[in-house]
Amino acid sequence: MTTTLVVGLDGEGSGDRALAYGKRLAGLIGDCTLLVTYVIEWSPYSFQTPEENAERHKRREEEIAVALERVVNPAVASLKADGMKAKGMVRHGDVADTLNAISLEVNADQIVVSRSSEGGFVKRIFGSSTANLVMSASVPVTVVG
Amino acid sequence: MKNMNKYLLALGSVAAFASPAIAQEAESLDAKVNAAFAALTGPFVSFIFAPIPGTSFPWIVMWLVIAATVFTFYFSFVQLKFFKHALSLVRGDYSDPNDAGEVSHFQALATALSGTVGLGNIAGVAVAVGIGGPGATFWMILAGLMGMASKFTECTLGVKYRNEYADGTVSGGPMYYISKGFKELGLPGGKFLAVLFSIFCILGALGGGNMFQANQAHAQISGIVGDYPGWITGIVFAVVVFAVIVGGVKSIARVTEKVVPFMGVLYVGAALVVILMNYDQIGWAFGQIFAGAFTGLGVAGGMVGALIQGFKRAAFSNEAGVGSAAIAHSAVKTNEPITEGFVSLLEPFIDTVVICTMTALVITISGQLIIDPATGNYAVEAGKIATVGGTSGVALTSAAFASAFSWFPFVLAIAVVLFAFSTMISWSYYGLKAWTYLFGEGKTAELTFKIIFCVFIVIGAAASLGPVIDFSDAAIFAMAVVNITGLYFLMGVVKKEFVSYRERLASGEIKKFVE
Repeated sequence: MTTTLVVGLDGEGSGDRALAYGKRLAGLIGDCTLLVTYVIEWSPYSFQTPEENAERHKRREEEIAVALERVVNPAVASLKADGMKAKGMVRHGDVADTLNAISLEVNADQIVVSRSSEGGFVKRIFGSSTANLVMSASVPVTVVG
Repeated sequence: MKNMNKYLLALGSVAAFASPAIAQEAESLDAKVNAAFAALTGPFVSFIFAPIPGTSFPWIVMWLVIAATVFTFYFSFVQLKFFKHALSLVRGDYSDPNDAGEVSHFQALATALSGTVGLGNIAGVAVAVGIGGPGATFWMILAGLMGMASKFTECTLGVKYRNEYADGTVSGGPMYYISKGFKELGLPGGKFLAVLFSIFCILGALGGGNMFQANQAHAQISGIVGDYPGWITGIVFAVVVFAVIVGGVKSIARVTEKVVPFMGVLYVGAALVVILMNYDQIGWAFGQIFAGAFTGLGVAGGMVGALIQGFKRAAFSNEAGVGSAAIAHSAVKTNEPITEGFVSLLEPFIDTVVICTMTALVITISGQLIIDPATGNYAVEAGKIATVGGTSGVALTSAAFASAFSWFPFVLAIAVVLFAFSTMISWSYYGLKAWTYLFGEGKTAELTFKIIFCVFIVIGAAASLGPVIDFSDAAIFAMAVVNITGLYFLMGVVKKEFVSYRERLASGEIKKFVE
């Protein structure tokens, strides 16, 4: 049975470290699929103007396209180039909740993420996405420093 | 961009005239604008509010009441039976996680609410209670509860018949469901009604969605900083609105959209505190509301006077049957248009049954309405209940809150300005959608409407309350005439969706995504 690892990227250098670690882990496991994910922070409870609502579907498609093009697809391509089994996925939502939901959906064995890239104030008030994930995840989580 | 700079320069040069040297001339300019405006809009207002022959009851109020009653019975009291389900939908229990990132039910409701919760809840209620007495509140609540069914009908249709363009944007509203729905049913006149609706929607956007807001915002500001010409407030507002809707300065809109819900919560919270501080008078206040509803307690027109005011202000506040909400709700992502109908029925509940009632209770409890000790009824002067300090409109609400918290008028002034601003932004969009329906989508057509919209802000702030409030009401009610006509013909379509959804929900075919 193949092992699935979900690797959460944040579009920054720290995400690359998570990807590198996931790749190493997959190499050690052998038959392993890496699911490279990027979650666009989004809340269904935010407030928007009517104009923003009317354009929301268009914006969503654009956001997904940009995330795929700039973050996910290059990562998947580099993994495949190295002979790995890899897939990409972009979702909207709360980062911790969404990564957990994806891991349950694909029956993943582990989630690999990097240490938080959020700033001090936000982190103090709401906690970081990584910390939230560690607290709420249904599968083991590896946090790469 | 070049054009935009030109317009900004033009607006700026108008603003430069705001010097004290011409302040006196400006006062007379206000009076001139006021007189010209009253003369121009008089016949339209008279027609919309004409009484049913032999009575003093305006036919338009009856029109709204009958519609809300028909929809309530036709959909078997949907507002009561599906209230809990509506809350569940807003929480996202039935939302597909794969649709995350699209407009949620909550967002569509919040956006529509930011267009309706505002001055209608603060100034409008004060006008209703000031003329119709506390009894008007009873009829306002009843109108709010019944109006939930009207809102349900129109918002379901708004989503069902919206236009989805190739670039992923959407446009919806009565003009689309009337024209497309009538065509689908093979009925004639759909296009004509849609055009008529669009014309009234533009007038409503310029009236209630613009001039009334500017006017009352000016009244609030001048009440605090002292009297000064209204057109100065108008120009400041016009420049900021212009920056948002033409200049695309989204940050202002975003800040407003975030601050407005906070102000709403603060307003309701403050009202609750005032009510709880006077908890011993809550029973008495409700007694006044019930007694006043059926006897009038001495107000002009008695029970009918209270009823007319209650229904009028409720309709103006929650816009049920008017069709504006259908424009706002149509952007939601759902495969079941009826779900947005359920969600939208919460709107009149929050707006009228909760927030308007709070305002009415605070005014009643505060003792601002003078009671004649000899009769125990309200003292009426020139058709209005006499108030402490002779206040009316938003000033009456402000005085009522000030009786508990002396600093509250300042918070209220900020709230009024923000509510006015967010309502203007919402209505500029509704008006724009009607405008583009008539004149086609395109940059020039859009810019023309947006400039007209900004000019009307200045006119609204300069005119006195009487003619502005009359015209605002008339334009918004005129939208309801066309919209409700369309709804009567299309309610069968909603019924079909309703029955099918109800059956699938009962059979378990429609499931929650979140347990």
